[in-house]
Amino acid sequence: MGNADSLFFSRVLTELTLSFHIIYATIGVGIPLMIMIAQWVGIKKNDEHYILLARRWTRGFVITVAVGVVTGTAIGLQLSLLWPNFMELAGNTIALPLFMETFAFFFEAIFLGIYIYTWDRFENQKKHLLLLIPVALGASFSAVFITIVNAFMNAPQGFDLVNGQLVNVSPLLAMFNPAMPTKVAHVVVTAYMTSAFVLASIGAYRLLKGSNHVYHKKALFLTMKLGLIFSIATAVIGDFSGKYLAEYQPEKLAAAEWHFETEKGAPLILYGVLADGEVKYALKIPFGLSILAHSNPNAEVIGLDQFKEADTPPHYIHYMFDLMVTIGMWMVLLSLVYVVGTWRKWQFIFSKWFRWLMVLGGPLSIIAIEAGWWLDEVGRQPWVLRGIMRTKDAATTSGHVDTMLWLFAGLYLILGIGSVFVLWQMFRRNPVEQELADRAGEKAGVAK
Amino acid sequence: MTLEVLGITVLGVFLFGYIIVASIDFGAGFFNAFSTVTGKQHILTKVIQRYLSPVWEVTNVFLVFFFVGIVGFFPKTAYYYGSTLLVPASIAIILLAIRGAYYAFTTYGGLKHKRYTILYGLTGLFIPASLSIVLTISEGGFVTMLDSGPVLDYWTLFTSPLSWSIVVLSLTSVLYISAVFLTWYAQKAKDRAAVSLLRKYALIWAVPAIITAAGIIVEMKGHNPEHYQRLVDVWWLFALSVVFFAGTVFLLWKRLAYGFAFWLLIGQFTSAFLAYGISHYPYLMYPYLTIYDSFTNKAMATALVIAFIAGLCLLLPSLYLLLRLFLFNKAYVQGDRNDHA
Repeated sequence: MGNADSLFFSRVLTELTLSFHIIYATIGVGIPLMIMIAQWVGIKKNDEHYILLARRWTRGFVITVAVGVVTGTAIGLQLSLLWPNFMELAGNTIALPLFMETFAFFFEAIFLGIYIYTWDRFENQKKHLLLLIPVALGASFSAVFITIVNAFMNAPQGFDLVNGQLVNVSPLLAMFNPAMPTKVAHVVVTAYMTSAFVLASIGAYRLLKGSNHVYHKKALFLTMKLGLIFSIATAVIGDFSGKYLAEYQPEKLAAAEWHFETEKGAPLILYGVLADGEVKYALKIPFGLSILAHSNPNAEVIGLDQFKEADTPPHYIHYMFDLMVTIGMWMVLLSLVYVVGTWRKWQFIFSKWFRWLMVLGGPLSIIAIEAGWWLDEVGRQPWVLRGIMRTKDAATTSGHVDTMLWLFAGLYLILGIGSVFVLWQMFRRNPVEQELADRAGEKAGVAK
Repeated sequence: MTLEVLGITVLGVFLFGYIIVASIDFGAGFFNAFSTVTGKQHILTKVIQRYLSPVWEVTNVFLVFFFVGIVGFFPKTAYYYGSTLLVPASIAIILLAIRGAYYAFTTYGGLKHKRYTILYGLTGLFIPASLSIVLTISEGGFVTMLDSGPVLDYWTLFTSPLSWSIVVLSLTSVLYISAVFLTWYAQKAKDRAAVSLLRKYALIWAVPAIITAAGIIVEMKGHNPEHYQRLVDVWWLFALSVVFFAGTVFLLWKRLAYGFAFWLLIGQFTSAFLAYGISHYPYLMYPYLTIYDSFTNKAMATALVIAFIAGLCLLLPSLYLLLRLFLFNKAYVQGDRNDHA
């Protein structure tokens, strides 16, 4: 196998691992917060349903977190195995947040172990809730630190290269790079948003499948409310991300928006197809791109004409952008209609078709996460470290990468099917009505 | 102490931690599977499950710490080991992933099947075997430097008696460490049948563990004379290790103080690990890579050390809490409590 093949298969394997891992990682970052909120509401309102909600989510969470942990270990090692040249440079410049991420993860792992095995140990539920705080903090900070590394890949700073030698390394400057604020905020908030909508789609599904229990209604309303808050936050931060890109990575923004010529008062192009260098069937929002990039309808936005073709990402990232933004906006709308509708007692939000839309919301949010990461990673090409190291110079020279790709593909298939199957079985065998009845029975037994 | 030595010491602590906790975990899985096949499942499963359940995730973190830390402190290892370990490390990751995920699936998800128990037990043997290749490669002679980069010579690796001895050593020590620990744990759980079976396993695996360990030193003489010479220089540490070993075996034989026996075992492995580490100094991979020429810059090293100390202040109390609630909590260990979500 030649080096070109090694590069190709290294890219495919990394894309595969990240695409699979990000599903479980996103859920893993967001769900602890949802559990915390549910348990807290339960304590506040003295409502057993919310406590049980937290408990059942925890059970499911343990399964997804297991897959997240093992695939996270895989990507952690694969970075060194597939991109040894990059990791040598990264080790010298951005190792600090990588190292801190393991601490955050360690912290989360310890308290998760404690939390799941102490459900009935405390008389006072509040004490048990306290144990969840380090889990949620650890999960969110894992995301923060890892995203800082990704931000650094987009906007490297905190070191100088003099004749190929690294000098003036400053780990803190590298961490607090220009890409960091928007990227970290975007990743963390979308994780919360996606988790809320995934949980909402479970509630909506149970209601559709005949269970009319108030437990599911409470779950659905709580998660849709949270989803609304986090999806609005996502939209706001998304706008800031556009401004960051215009300033620091104009080629990424230009490729994502199919903005070919530098111009003032640039329109925002949504959808459409690219045929022979011409944009067709697109929706053009006048001045849209100038507003997104600079908050000023007349501002000049740099186009792809300012860059050599060898330095710009592939044009197909525009489709990723469309997908991500469309789903994001759709979810804001859907959750807004649901929350307002519940409040104003609109009848159609209780209809079958509306519930199906909410069921679809979970998978759609995950698709948006995938599209977002593809936009981010492919949009950084041809660089692995923007302006410093090209992806093709970072890859391993080792053979057998293709064989490893097949092995890992098999692994993810086994883990994906296994986790879905186990979750399905777990909640089918023990439906909430049954568990509520069992608990009531237990309590009555104790009271006697 | 130079920053280089401080860095490798930090990593050494994590590697040693991983070796001990992972050995307990791997061995426990194997004994569990073995007892299933031989129809003694009723004796062991309970005690093993109770130990493993709250801590399995923590085990994995030690490994992650080690490989993230080594790239941080010694970035050149990413280049040398990253390029050469693609196949063995990938196999180890895949096995670890299947093992970790299916552990959660069976324990928390209610997926029960003999097949998974056996699969789980077998991965516990294959993972240390594939990970131990790293130690073999570090002795030199298996990696050639080409223009394109370092290349691992699989044929030499698979035909080398040294690499097979290290594989066998990893297996025997996994089983030995695990059996000694679980004997103590079963004792705390007041599970007499399990104690007597595990004690038997511990005594059975003690002999092969010490023989293979001694065998490696002999192998080293032929393979890497420089390292061998340095091993001989720290003979007193090995002597200490043997004394600890004899202590553990004596206590197990006499059915005395299983807790103390386990701490003696920790002493045995600590002194042997120290001897290995000191004699390996300053090489990370003979003869290409030392801790000095692969070290990161001073700013990063200082930042990592500070982060490490701050992290420990957070982790040590948390780990203590975990151990107090489960490992050393009477009601939990004896199975009176199970407050699982």
